[in-house]
Amino acid sequence: MVTVIHPNLEVIDPKMRAVDVSVYYGDKQAIDNVSIDIPARYVTAFIGPSGCGKSTFLRALNRMNDTIPSARVDGTIELDGEDIYRSGMDVVQLRARVGMVFQKPNPFPKSIYENIAYGPRIHGLAETKEELDEVVERSLTRAGLWDEVKDRLNDSGTALSGGQQQRLCIARAIAVDPEVILMDEPCSALDPIATAKIEELIAELTDRYAIVIVTHSMQQAARVSQRTAFFHLGKMVEYGHTSDIFTNPIEVRTKDYITGRYG
Amino acid sequence: MTSITLLLIALGLGLAAWLVARAKAWSFQKDGEHCRLAARPNYHAWYVALWVIVPLLAFTIMWAMIEPQLVTNAVLASPAAQNLPQFGFERDSILAEARSVAAGGGAVFNPDSEALVAPFAEAIQRFRLISIAIAIAIALLTGIFAFLKVKPDFAARTRVERAVMAILLLASLVAILTTFGIFASLVFETVRFFGMVSPIDFLFGTHWGPDPMSNPDNPDPSRYGAIPLFWGTIYIGAIIAMIVAIPLGLMSAIYLTQYANPRLRAWLKPALEILAGVPTVVYGYFAALTVAPAIRDAAVAMGIANASSESALAAGVVMGVMIIPFVSSMADDSIAAVPSAMRDGSLALGATTSETIRRVLVPAALPGIVGGVMLAISRAIGETMIVVMAAGAAANLSANPLEAMTTVTFQIVAMLTGEGSFDHPATLSAFALGLVLFIVTLGLNFVALRVVKRFREAYE
Repeated sequence: MVTVIHPNLEVIDPKMRAVDVSVYYGDKQAIDNVSIDIPARYVTAFIGPSGCGKSTFLRALNRMNDTIPSARVDGTIELDGEDIYRSGMDVVQLRARVGMVFQKPNPFPKSIYENIAYGPRIHGLAETKEELDEVVERSLTRAGLWDEVKDRLNDSGTALSGGQQQRLCIARAIAVDPEVILMDEPCSALDPIATAKIEELIAELTDRYAIVIVTHSMQQAARVSQRTAFFHLGKMVEYGHTSDIFTNPIEVRTKDYITGRYG
Repeated sequence: MTSITLLLIALGLGLAAWLVARAKAWSFQKDGEHCRLAARPNYHAWYVALWVIVPLLAFTIMWAMIEPQLVTNAVLASPAAQNLPQFGFERDSILAEARSVAAGGGAVFNPDSEALVAPFAEAIQRFRLISIAIAIAIALLTGIFAFLKVKPDFAARTRVERAVMAILLLASLVAILTTFGIFASLVFETVRFFGMVSPIDFLFGTHWGPDPMSNPDNPDPSRYGAIPLFWGTIYIGAIIAMIVAIPLGLMSAIYLTQYANPRLRAWLKPALEILAGVPTVVYGYFAALTVAPAIRDAAVAMGIANASSESALAAGVVMGVMIIPFVSSMADDSIAAVPSAMRDGSLALGATTSETIRRVLVPAALPGIVGGVMLAISRAIGETMIVVMAAGAAANLSANPLEAMTTVTFQIVAMLTGEGSFDHPATLSAFALGLVLFIVTLGLNFVALRVVKRFREAYE
């Protein structure tokens, strides 16, 4: 069965392109022949019931699956036309270009400042202390956190509230100046107010980055994304404009899911 | 002998009580069709059996403590004991011999004991009968008391639960009370020692050379300065050993948690932990026969003429190797306890594995690692066998690792096994040394466990 792609979905030069990607954990196939184009300066949402493989596919996009010894990826995934799974690919550089925000906020047990400065330091993005200070301020400002934390940059990042921690993690990802940001259910551990702030932030970030967000909440996908892909049992069932997916789904499974028949 | 008899009686009566009580509880269940027992018959059985066994055990222990005195008093009251020496060692040995012959048979060596054997045998026999009678009386009393409580609505289950808890509590108290007992005995002998040599001379003197043959009433305090021992202990156990153990242990822990593939890890980690089970005496051989000569030869080859075959370096290095599994398993646990989200977060920012370890995992796991190192130090400074075999007996106050040095533990062994009489200050100094060691290791463990605990809480 092939993915249904809505006919009115315009073809844009993709930032990332996946062709016939399958992911295996040992003998178990988690992703089955998924092909998708991810454009720059759009928010692309992956929706689907638990265990449908959307997070697995997301982690394939910056090779985070490499940390799981039994995981194996077939097919090609390109970033700006360059296969990221080719031999000799610098995974470290790839992850600097394709950043990731996780489901549970995971600030390092360091100060707020050090959390942000971590990435620029290891990638040598700042020569002097002044440059580093500037990167930290710019990243925190973009993440909408600067005003809340500017007076306590030396406090531990883990002392912030859950929503602030997640914005800190977004700021940390922005600080290394990525091109794509992958978000794996970034709001599932947050309350509605913190969620609203993150969603606002995602909307602001589209001016520079390609954003891919995995979410459980269909309302969230409808609010923040322009394009939506529906995953089911390891396959990508349907891909189109978010408005089309939610108002005119073509596939029965998509329709059943978004109307709440299962999931 | 009497104790064993009493124990058998306790078990026998306990079993009988168990069976009887169970039969009674069963009978309730059979009699009334809709009668529902508050506890299953087995619980009633255990309730009664415990009421029989526990008081009997208490009686057995108490009897074992007072019985020798009762028997001796009875014998002393007999006419055969009238011509015993009034006091002292001879009197005690005659009594002890007669007693052991009366209890276990064998030939009499001292003719004075001969006459006392019969009274002893008679007294032992008499008191055994008395004790059995008392035991049975107690068992009947408590057993009947408990048996009368067995009724359909009696909550035997909760009572048994409470008894189980009490037994478990008792078991855990044994270890703690033993620690207090050790501490008390050390303190007692140490106070005697400090009555002869002042604590100031002992703790701050720099010359150690107690002479067990000197006049015990007039010890020379300048020979009891323990600083060289403390220094040797710290130099070997906390400095040389840790220079070996911390880097190697930490690196092996990092390799095992972060780089080794699961199959290698499944094989390597237990192998490393087996090292912790090697008897320290074996390490001692290794230090004395292999490492120490090798170090001496190397030193001689480098032109150090007076290198000793017993050196602090040999003992320290081998001790460090011995401690590696300790450090590595504590470090392994604390690195593994850092949530994998930290690691993923760092990798997702484009950090390499080694950057992630250096900048995120190790700092996050540091309190746990420090705690592990402190436990390892307290183990190292209490270690005896390796230093006895490899470090030497000379109390040198020196920073040269090639020189022979001695440690607190070595001197405890030397003083206790020396020729001095037991109340000579040289012998008693072993207790003062032991007390110092005890307090230091206790303190280290206390601090280390608190550090580790706080670290655990931070991630739970």
